[in-house]
Order: sequence, then C-alpha cells, then structure tokens
Amino acid sequence: MVPERFEYHRASSVDDAISRLGRLGEGSKLLAGGHSLIPLMKLRLVRPSAVVDIGRLSDLRYIRDAGDYIAIGSLTRHCDLECSSLLQREVPLLPHVAGVVGDPAVRHRGTIGGSLAHADPASDLPAAVMALDGRLVLRGSHGDRIVAVTEFFRGFWETALGHEEVLTEVQIPKGTAGWAYQKFTRRAFDWAIVGVAVVATARGTVQVALANVAPTTVRATGTEQALREGASPAVAARRAVDGLRPASDINATSEYRSHLAVVLTRRALDKALA
Amino acid sequence: MVSVSIVVNGLERQCDVEPRLLLVGFLRDVLGLTGTHIGCETSSCGACTVLVDGESVKACTVLTVQADGSEVTTIEGLAQPDGSLHEIQQAFGAEHALQCGFCTPGMIMAVASLLKSQREPTDRQIRDALEGNLCRCTGYQNIVKAVHSAACMLRGQSYGLQTAGNAAGAGGAGVASGLEAGLRMTAGFSTEGQDGT
Repeated sequence: MVPERFEYHRASSVDDAISRLGRLGEGSKLLAGGHSLIPLMKLRLVRPSAVVDIGRLSDLRYIRDAGDYIAIGSLTRHCDLECSSLLQREVPLLPHVAGVVGDPAVRHRGTIGGSLAHADPASDLPAAVMALDGRLVLRGSHGDRIVAVTEFFRGFWETALGHEEVLTEVQIPKGTAGWAYQKFTRRAFDWAIVGVAVVATARGTVQVALANVAPTTVRATGTEQALREGASPAVAARRAVDGLRPASDINATSEYRSHLAVVLTRRALDKALA
Repeated sequence: MVSVSIVVNGLERQCDVEPRLLLVGFLRDVLGLTGTHIGCETSSCGACTVLVDGESVKACTVLTVQADGSEVTTIEGLAQPDGSLHEIQQAFGAEHALQCGFCTPGMIMAVASLLKSQREPTDRQIRDALEGNLCRCTGYQNIVKAVHSAACMLRGQSYGLQTAGNAAGAGGAGVASGLEAGLRMTAGFSTEGQDGT
C-alpha cells in the first residue's frame, strides 16, 4: 500500500512550517515521526495534498527543568522520554508510558507532540499527559497560546490545534507522589484495548485518565469524585466509566471495556496509592 | 520529484524520488536491495526493519524523503564484502533461529540495534527488544538463544552448546575489524574495544 501523491515540503523552522501551512491550505498536514500519519496515508484514510515535514527541527527536541514544571519539546521522541533521568526523577509516569508505546523501532521515530496532535483515544501518552494535568503550548502566526490538556481533545482525531498552528511544547507539573499505568493488550505491540493512567500528587489529589473508552482521551471523573468523597480504591474504581459508553469493536465489546476499565483502575490506584 | 542523497551500506546514493516512495520501496525497488522484506503493510511485523543513523526503524513507515541526508544500514550491509557473516548472522545460523527466513533480516537488524546498547541482555530484555518483530515459524526460543550467542561472540567470549568452537573467538579479529565499513555506528560491534568506546 502506497499513499496518494502529495507535495513534500521540509520546514526550516517552526515559523516556516506555520507560514507553509497557511500558503498550502487546508489539505496540508504536518509530519513529525510519521508513525501515526504514514500508516493512515498508506491505507488512504488520510490524503493530504501536501505534507510539511518538521521532523528535523532539533530545536523542538528537549527535556528541561523549568522550576515547578518540566518542559518537553514536542518533537521529543518516545525513546528520548524513556531514557531521561530527569523524567525518571521528577515525572516517572512518562518514561514508563513512553516505554510501552509500540515497539523499539516505533519509539525511535514517534514523538510526544505527534501523539498528542494525532489524538487517537487509544494512545498511551495522551492518557499519561491527561493524568498529569499537562499544558500544551501552541504556536501560530500570532504567537503562542497555552491550552490545558483537559481542554485539548475535542473529538476523535480532533483537537484544539488550529490548522496553522504547531504544538511546540508540553509542560508537565512536578509533584508526583505516586503513579501507575495499566495497559491491557493481546499482543506485545498492540494499542491498548483499555489503558488507565493514575497520578497521585504531593498536594493530595488523585488524577485518573483513560485510554480507549471514549472518542477522546478522558479523565475518570466518577472515580476522582469518589476518591475525594473518601471512597476506597476498590469502590472508587467501580465508577471508572461513569458517564461514558465505551465503544464495541473487533477487540472488545462495550461491556468488556467497561469491565476492564474498572479492573485496571483498581490495579492502578492500588499501585499509585501504595 | 524530490532529490535525495542517502548513504546506504556505506555508499552514497543520489536519486530523484516521489515523496510518497516509502524507504522500503526505495531500498528494494530502486536500489535492488531485496533483503529488507515487506510483511504486513501495517507497521506491525518488523520484517522491514533497517537501521537509520544507527537506530532500528520500520522502513515501511518512513518516507524516503525523510531519510534524505541519513545513513541507512540494511541486512546486506552486515556481512563483509567477501561474504563473511556478521556475528549475529552466524549465531542465527548456528542456533537454528530461522526456518523460512522471511522475518530474519528484520529480526537481525532489530538485534543489531539492541546489541549496540545492551552488551549482555537478559532473556526479558531480548524479548522486549524484539516485540516489534514477528516470527511465525520458530516460536522465538532459538532466536533468543541466537541473540545470547551473538552477544557472547561480540564480547569476545566463547558460547557453549551448538556454537562451541564455531565462531566464538576464532577469526573474531578478522571479522570484527572489517565491520567498520558496513556498519556506520559501530561502537559495540567490534569484538575488540567493545566497551561503548
């Protein structure tokens, strides 16, 4: 399988990418690691008329201590997250989750910005960033704006990112006291059938995010509310899919996904709150 | 058409390609290097694994234009010009780590990537490193043995069982020194000075 014909442009900078997107119009798409976009282009589910390659913008590949948060450049690859000693110290959930995405070859190319911008609800890193209450820096022709990750995902493969904007940085608050990620798959490299990310913060809050139970990455608001009311992990976990109706597909029925979400939330809470 | 220049197995190749030409298509159809295989078309099986700038990559999920300016190593780049096999290839043969051979080039390149960073991987590390490479024939047991064996040879140690006396140590120096040509990022592949230096 081969993509449809398209024009290829290599951006020399973020601002160059932004102006090219503007000139090329709505049919243009950004290319970073390509491990979400290219498989879809090969299946012809996505058919951009033009691709703007930002994959070589090494300025966007960094992990920095910014005081009360960690600043991660959007082109930081999963393998870079995995082996970051700064992250292992300050935000250990992230290197762990980056390490369960796909397989080593995929992790050599995939980027955190690409994963967030692609916004597949079954993805692991968006769930982790959601549980961490991350913030996303979006750059457009008018400058930078910051969007909370909880406001970022609008629908299936749909985000707050404008067509002529580039996600440049992911900001992750420090202060993780406990964490866990539970990912249920049949095969080693599969997407999560259901994934649950939990962060217990030093401030005393517990944040729970779910992968593949809704059209977008979501927080388990039922579980979070139950925990605030003093429920035990077992009781709180039963409310994991409150307000949600997970989809049925080739991998699992809606009922099975709901059941998985409860079980995995329980396990993740037990680990994070231990 | 876009002009690209890619160093493939040590040789610079310049070409005009369509943006949509996948790296695996460039290697197989333009350069005739058919050792890299296309297995699944869904970025799952790893039969197309090559090294790009020393790191394992699925060549079916990379556009040739993305690899412009990079160095690519394929399975053809592992053996010596005179045909002597790389330690990983020797180990796969000696440990019966292949049957039909379809997954094997990609499997070997994934192993090459692993052994760059892990000189003495555990079973768990080997199996995790190969999670992106599917084999339908072997059940993976002998592949894991072959990786242990290759890692041993690359550390300059002898390996018991089937490979005793075969490749370990004997001729190690000759094979190793010539590897530099075929494999760009060779820290970790020569049997001498194999310390990440």
